[in-house]
Amino acid sequence: MEDVRPEGGAGDKYSLIVPTYNERLNIALVVYLVFKHLRDVDFEIIIVDDGSPDGTQDVVKQLQQVYGDDRILLRARPRKLGLGTAYSHGLKHASGNFVVIMDADLSHHPKYLPQFIKKQQETGASIVTGTRYVKGGGVHGWNLMRKLTSRGANVLAQTFLWPGVSDLTGSFRLYRKSVLEDLINSCVSKGYVFQMEMIVRASRKGYHIEEVPITFVDRVFGSSKLGGSEIVEYLKGLAYLLVTT
Amino acid sequence: MKHIVKIITLLVAVSALWIGLLEMSVVPRSQTWLLPIYFIVSLGCYGLLMVGIGLMHFPTCPQEAVLLQQDIVEAKDFLKQRGVDVGSK
Repeated sequence: MEDVRPEGGAGDKYSLIVPTYNERLNIALVVYLVFKHLRDVDFEIIIVDDGSPDGTQDVVKQLQQVYGDDRILLRARPRKLGLGTAYSHGLKHASGNFVVIMDADLSHHPKYLPQFIKKQQETGASIVTGTRYVKGGGVHGWNLMRKLTSRGANVLAQTFLWPGVSDLTGSFRLYRKSVLEDLINSCVSKGYVFQMEMIVRASRKGYHIEEVPITFVDRVFGSSKLGGSEIVEYLKGLAYLLVTT
Repeated sequence: MKHIVKIITLLVAVSALWIGLLEMSVVPRSQTWLLPIYFIVSLGCYGLLMVGIGLMHFPTCPQEAVLLQQDIVEAKDFLKQRGVDVGSK
């Protein structure tokens, strides 16, 4: 993979919002990798921790000693309050004009951040979303069943929703800050349907969306979240999006 | 225009075509009655085909897991030296 080294355009600042819950080791690794891959870029990392009992916030404070508390912001909440509100909460403290949302468990590798930034600069897009399902992207750690449901869900969504993106449930995305604010205010779903709703609404509103292939290493082995209730939840979400967007 | 309106418009157009065919008797009526069934079955087959093809060509990246492990070792070394607790979870 070529070494992409963007310098954020004059005055561009990137706020990375990372919701965490019990990620005491992973958050340290993520922070290290972000600093490694984003030299010469003006950014801040906003960690929204939902009262993790494993000491995640202590590790974040140690990281602030190493990297500075102007680059690493800890904006915690008392308990698990959901992903959508975690983004809103992080947004309130974001001083950048671009916002990146990413997971803390290293399934979203910071090495793709320069490519997101470069893509946005080249195209002027309002949203750059990582996609696992195109050439150059990929997934590791999924068994056949997981791949089957993922593919099935994707075909359903493409057939009925015409979303304009190849990866609907992915949550590794770069947004122009004003666009993210607009979308969060327009979306009401929870969980991964929330991610779908955001990108579908963005597509409907005509925002310029670009995609970057990303690789996704799922380290949570054996967690095939494939209950019947998951499938029902997905179909309900799909129907909701079909009718309301 | 909302997406559902687009879909309904499409369905209405197709239905009008189907009714037109019924009326005009260009195609034998018995066959025309079955067209919606053919359409739905074809849609289902198309969907299954897309799932199958997608499954065959599902992009995977085993080498990324290796690279990630290297990154983790590098990160742990760096952080440990600087007083960040990177002990086991």
